[in-house]
Amino acid sequence: MSEEAAIPQFNIQIGNDLTWNVQPILHEIRHALDKLLETGETRVIDLRSIPLAPGEEDRIIDTLCCGEVHAKLNALGPSEIYETRFAGVWLVTHHNEENDIIGRFIEITRIPDILKSQHEDMSIAVHQLENELSEAAESNKPETDAETNT
Amino acid sequence: MTKDLSRKDRTLGETLRSQGVSRRSFLKFCAATASMMALPPSMIPTIANALEKARRPSVIWLSFQECTGCTESLTRAHTASVESLIFDSISLDYHHTLQAAAGHAAEAAREAAMEENHGKYLVVVDGSIPNGNNGYSTIAGISNYDMLIETAKGAAAIVTVGTCAAFGGIPHAKPNPTGAVSVSDIIKDKPIINVPGCPPIPVVITGVLTHFLTFGTIPDLDNLGRPKTFFGQSIHDRCYRRPFYDKGLFAETFDDEGARQGWCLYKLGCKGPTTYNACATTKWNGGVSFPIEAGHPCIGCSEPNFWDGGGFYKAISIPTENITKTTMYAAAAGVAAGVAIGATGRMKKSAAGKAHQKVTIDDLEK
Repeated sequence: MSEEAAIPQFNIQIGNDLTWNVQPILHEIRHALDKLLETGETRVIDLRSIPLAPGEEDRIIDTLCCGEVHAKLNALGPSEIYETRFAGVWLVTHHNEENDIIGRFIEITRIPDILKSQHEDMSIAVHQLENELSEAAESNKPETDAETNT
Repeated sequence: MTKDLSRKDRTLGETLRSQGVSRRSFLKFCAATASMMALPPSMIPTIANALEKARRPSVIWLSFQECTGCTESLTRAHTASVESLIFDSISLDYHHTLQAAAGHAAEAAREAAMEENHGKYLVVVDGSIPNGNNGYSTIAGISNYDMLIETAKGAAAIVTVGTCAAFGGIPHAKPNPTGAVSVSDIIKDKPIINVPGCPPIPVVITGVLTHFLTFGTIPDLDNLGRPKTFFGQSIHDRCYRRPFYDKGLFAETFDDEGARQGWCLYKLGCKGPTTYNACATTKWNGGVSFPIEAGHPCIGCSEPNFWDGGGFYKAISIPTENITKTTMYAAAAGVAAGVAIGATGRMKKSAAGKAHQKVTIDDLEK
């Protein structure tokens, strides 16, 4: 027996014919997409809350991905947001600053909330822009005033 | 001191904004928190509103007869940014493994925190309490028993972290030389949240603290005082190998064809059917894997008396010397097929043992 053949091979990556939760999740997505079209109701599925065999999460992602939109966030670590090849179905993956996945969601929506500009951030942005504009105006002013006074 | 007090008075939202954390980052944090707490994503806006207004609670962490594995589990957690944000939002006023102060200075910090936050602070306990001779374990000359009684008096609630604090754990195992008992054996007049495990999953520990921080209430508990969110379902029910069990496909030894095919580990002693925990979904090491996924049966570490449960590699319902008792175990576990499987199990195991002369259950039991 060769050395390679003597090493036991353990199948912790379940074979193609032995998965159970991929199809039900895809059906759930289809129903949610129907509802989004009919009523506008959105839905979020937390992939970490469902028992999945090794390789099943990848299979779901492979089946869905990828569509026309791919966005990257840098907020407390990177996040990646894909619209899948099925319009209205988004895959949102959050990483921490060490690049570990801290959340993975399938969102059935027109656009994930996290991509929208947030009210609080816009309020801060207005003040910041105002300050920067007034500082710029101030820095131009003194020379002219000084010349006029002398 | 004034600076510290003003920091304590801040809400979590104010603390995060002062650190330059945007609302979008905060929403991401809330999404990860909801996932961590096993709450439905529809709760994310509720969590965001509650956390925005939450104030930093004082936490006093008492370590008694323990191995520090529970603290290691928490501090080595992989989801660093979520945990660090949670810990930024509590005031950990006493933890003798982590704090810089020692001896009388450390005890003074505990007493000050108890006085300042009377009726509002959280007590976290890891380790069991020797109740035969209190001298078996003392801190700064104070017995574990006296320190628990004294600290629990002004607590809003107690969180036991690890099986030792929740149920007695390994120190409680026979012959229990120190007379080790759990927190709930001593404290009867305070809400106690048990977070067992040897060690507990780090996100389960932070999930419970976050629940208290977010909602200011005790989560729904099962009959053993464990939060139902994390301990509401058995490992078996959430295990990805469960369909193999349903099909009657079992590994008989650790190196047979069944083991290679990733079949159910029930006959190798898996305690999944009688163990309630979140390992099968939350998993370990940042969601990478859990013992069953790595090919080892669940040892039932989050259940009472797990160390005296009769052998990690003995199947829970294979008839042995006492068929009545074993059948009762099977019934209690709700394993309808267990007895039938058990009846044929020994024969198959014996045959498999002859075919594979490497590591057997018997070797591991020696």
